[in-house]
Amino acid sequence: MSRLRHTAVFAWVLAIVIGISACSGSTSAVDAHGSEARHIAGLWWLMFGLAVGVYVVVGGFIIVAALRGRRGTPRRSRISQNMFITVGGVLVPALILLVLAVVTVTTTGALRKAGNNPVRIEVTGERWWWTVRYPDRQIVTANELHIPVGQPVAIGLESDNVVHSFWVPELAGKVDTIPGQRNVLRFTAEKAGTYLGVCAEFCGIQHAHMGFRVIAQSAGAFERWTTAHAEPPREPTSELAADGALRFQRLPCAGCHTVRGSQAHGTVGPDLTDFGSRATIGAGAVENDPSNLARWVRHAQSIKPGALMPNLTLSDDDVRALVSYLESLR
Amino acid sequence: MATTQIRPASEELEELEEVWEDDPGIPGFFSTVDHKRIGKRYIYTCFIFFFVGGLIALAMRVQLATPNSTFLSADSYNELFTVHGTTMIFLFNTPVLAGFGNYLLPMMIGTRDMAFPRLNAFSYWVFVFAGIFFFSSFLIGSPPDGGWFAYTPLTTKPFSPGFNLDFWGLGVAFVGISTTVGAINFIVTTFKLRAPGMSLNRLPVYVWSMLVFSFMVIFAVPAVTVAAGLLELDRIFGTAFFAPGAGGSTLLYQHLFWFWGHPEVYILFVPATGMISMIIPVFSRRPIAGYLWIVTALVAIGFMSFGVWVHHMFATGMPALALSFFAAVSLLIAVPSGVQFFAWIATMWHGAVRFTTPMLFAIGFLLIFLLGGITGVMVAVLPFDWQATDSYFIVAHFHYVLNGAVVFPIFGALYFWLPKITGRMLNERLGRVSFWTMFVGFNVTFFPMHILGFLGMPRRVYTYSSGLGWDTLNLLISVGAFVFALGVLLTLINFVVSQRRGERAPDNPWNADSLEWATTSPPPDFNFEAIPVVASRHPLWDQQPLPVADSGPDDATQGFGFAGAHDHTTPITGGLRSVPEGTMRIPEPTVLPCVLAFGLAVFVVGLLAQALIVGVAGLVIGAVGLVWWAWRTGEH
Repeated sequence: MSRLRHTAVFAWVLAIVIGISACSGSTSAVDAHGSEARHIAGLWWLMFGLAVGVYVVVGGFIIVAALRGRRGTPRRSRISQNMFITVGGVLVPALILLVLAVVTVTTTGALRKAGNNPVRIEVTGERWWWTVRYPDRQIVTANELHIPVGQPVAIGLESDNVVHSFWVPELAGKVDTIPGQRNVLRFTAEKAGTYLGVCAEFCGIQHAHMGFRVIAQSAGAFERWTTAHAEPPREPTSELAADGALRFQRLPCAGCHTVRGSQAHGTVGPDLTDFGSRATIGAGAVENDPSNLARWVRHAQSIKPGALMPNLTLSDDDVRALVSYLESLR
Repeated sequence: MATTQIRPASEELEELEEVWEDDPGIPGFFSTVDHKRIGKRYIYTCFIFFFVGGLIALAMRVQLATPNSTFLSADSYNELFTVHGTTMIFLFNTPVLAGFGNYLLPMMIGTRDMAFPRLNAFSYWVFVFAGIFFFSSFLIGSPPDGGWFAYTPLTTKPFSPGFNLDFWGLGVAFVGISTTVGAINFIVTTFKLRAPGMSLNRLPVYVWSMLVFSFMVIFAVPAVTVAAGLLELDRIFGTAFFAPGAGGSTLLYQHLFWFWGHPEVYILFVPATGMISMIIPVFSRRPIAGYLWIVTALVAIGFMSFGVWVHHMFATGMPALALSFFAAVSLLIAVPSGVQFFAWIATMWHGAVRFTTPMLFAIGFLLIFLLGGITGVMVAVLPFDWQATDSYFIVAHFHYVLNGAVVFPIFGALYFWLPKITGRMLNERLGRVSFWTMFVGFNVTFFPMHILGFLGMPRRVYTYSSGLGWDTLNLLISVGAFVFALGVLLTLINFVVSQRRGERAPDNPWNADSLEWATTSPPPDFNFEAIPVVASRHPLWDQQPLPVADSGPDDATQGFGFAGAHDHTTPITGGLRSVPEGTMRIPEPTVLPCVLAFGLAVFVVGLLAQALIVGVAGLVIGAVGLVWWAWRTGEH
């Protein structure tokens, strides 16, 4: 029985270690590539070690305590009842908690501190996507943040609708966007890569599809990206895309969306100025490719039910031209 | 007060039964004030809600078993997870513990009913009407969909225009009346109706736990009532308590909600540990270790639980100093839990454990709560919580606590006390199979959720994409959920079969120590024809045969013996040592509590529909019931 128990515990431990560490390239909080996430992952492995120790020891006591008198008569023991309670129930937990309290305070102190000359980004939680602004660089985009590796970022988080929560597990912990309040998340990305983020606070019907990406790149690549995106997109080169640009103005699209450098100044939906460069449509609902986009502009509700983007009655020509135009925006 | 050990003759008992009998048939159903009928009904009603909440959980697990599933729509999923959480907290866990308390507490302290039997009936009726009101939202197709926590501004009118959230807000405020009234009743009963000699240091640990439960309820529930009440004022009358654009505050709601919400976790946990503290000693064949330690720990938890609510709000951007304080208290509260834990271990260690079904559930509870407690300490660690909060790690953690550490004790309590309640033993073998199925199913369901949390899966998503490493774990979890449900079903079958074919339960089938086992199974309407005289913390172990009191000539002692039972009274005692003080008349059956509760229900419906006439009608019905109730009391 006791051996079985230990095997089970061992299997659990193994399951966690494999489960957590084998999933690099996804959204694992312990596969840390940001300053904050790294600190927290360290904290986690410390607590994990303590937890396994505590579970095995105390679990062992439970099993032994239950089994040792199973023949029907109590057995004498050198450990008195009071010893159990004072040592096991008070002293040992108090010691462990003291250690944890110290680490909590020191780790908390090390995180989210105002850094030197951070890259400022303003993120607003919308229903159900994210506005991303670079106040120092005249860039507005949606659902994708570009940040430099090795330089602190300060992400201002706001919302004018409901509460959302900004979470990129591989880079940092969560910060809520609270209406009527501005929060700031500060961290430094430590490795180039694309990190997936999600909204972590329930925010209504499409809470599940409120994903975003953080693209951490070298300082040079980041500078090139910001320079390119500060400019309005190039005029459409193909005839079909140019036709799409006209239709975009004439159809309901421009009422809700902005494309910098055009007549479209709507602010209800995401800014589409660099839409063609984004990885997904509908804040992670589907991949951004022409066939998904064709479906989206007509039947957004079938892809993301309840989204504020309505289904539109469009001709096949409308769809072809719009898709061509939107995919050309970079 | 003379003591005697002579039981009355059988014709005298028959006479007593006539005095205490409820009205027959349907009127009797609505008019009973017997704490046992009410307690039993509480427990059964709660289990109906538990099964509904469980089926809802299964539907959610079918949806999440595979990525991009279309089994449920986004809308339906959001409604179902809201209803699941709300049902389990407000309509199962809290009231079922009150139900057990209703049934057991008066018998454990050796009295014939609760201090306010009609108020007790009123609690039950309010609870039932609130439950019916809440679920009637399905009839008009608008179940609440804002999460069981109903965060503003999502739940305010601009973002949730339908009736959905009104069912939640009004339902929560409504059911709070039931819980609060019940808590007051438990406190007065414990302080004033204990058997003579049952000093506070002889109270069974379970009674202590109900006492702590009740005080916590009284201080915590008003906060959620205010939260839900202000939300409804915002929604119905357009006030702007929670509208940031109009000068209201988003976080105000969260503070109010969690000021109740975290104590609530302990409100559920404390009586569950109280049950465990009754079960473990009986099946370890020895008194509980560290009685004083345990009682102190319970009281300490009661106080400390009011200083931890902000750990639900670690990601809201509050200043680090404030957060650190709440992190420290959240860590500290692990100490009293540790004390209880090692008191249970010491009890088993120095005893000789019998592996009955209730004991299996108790040991299962220990193994599960150990992990739930450990992860509870982890999420108190502020920076770690920034990663863990609102992820599946939290879903895992609180199911280990609320399902594992509350529902397992409740199932243990069912196997332990149902023989007393129904007079029939449950089948041991089926009980064990049920336990192991539940235990395995539970861990297969909830353990992998810790890992999912680390893999970045947020809570409350109705679907997820493939390729994030979440698929296999989610499928496994869904399979586990059905295994767990099967285990629950086996206990249900066990219960149904036992009622028809179960062995008859003797008075004290487990050789337990507390007073409820001194009377027959099931107990007579009057519980004790003569009140026991307590001289020990374990009367049935140390005082054989159990002495009982005789009725004396004066008011202070008149209620004790057969004559007191015959007059439909029970004795009042007082002071730490529980000395005789007087005699309380137990009211006759009456429908008035039901009428008052019904009036309130009609009023709530009027608020929901914003129909003035309905609201006024409800108030009138309630007022008539209340006045009539008070009037009759005057007569007696």
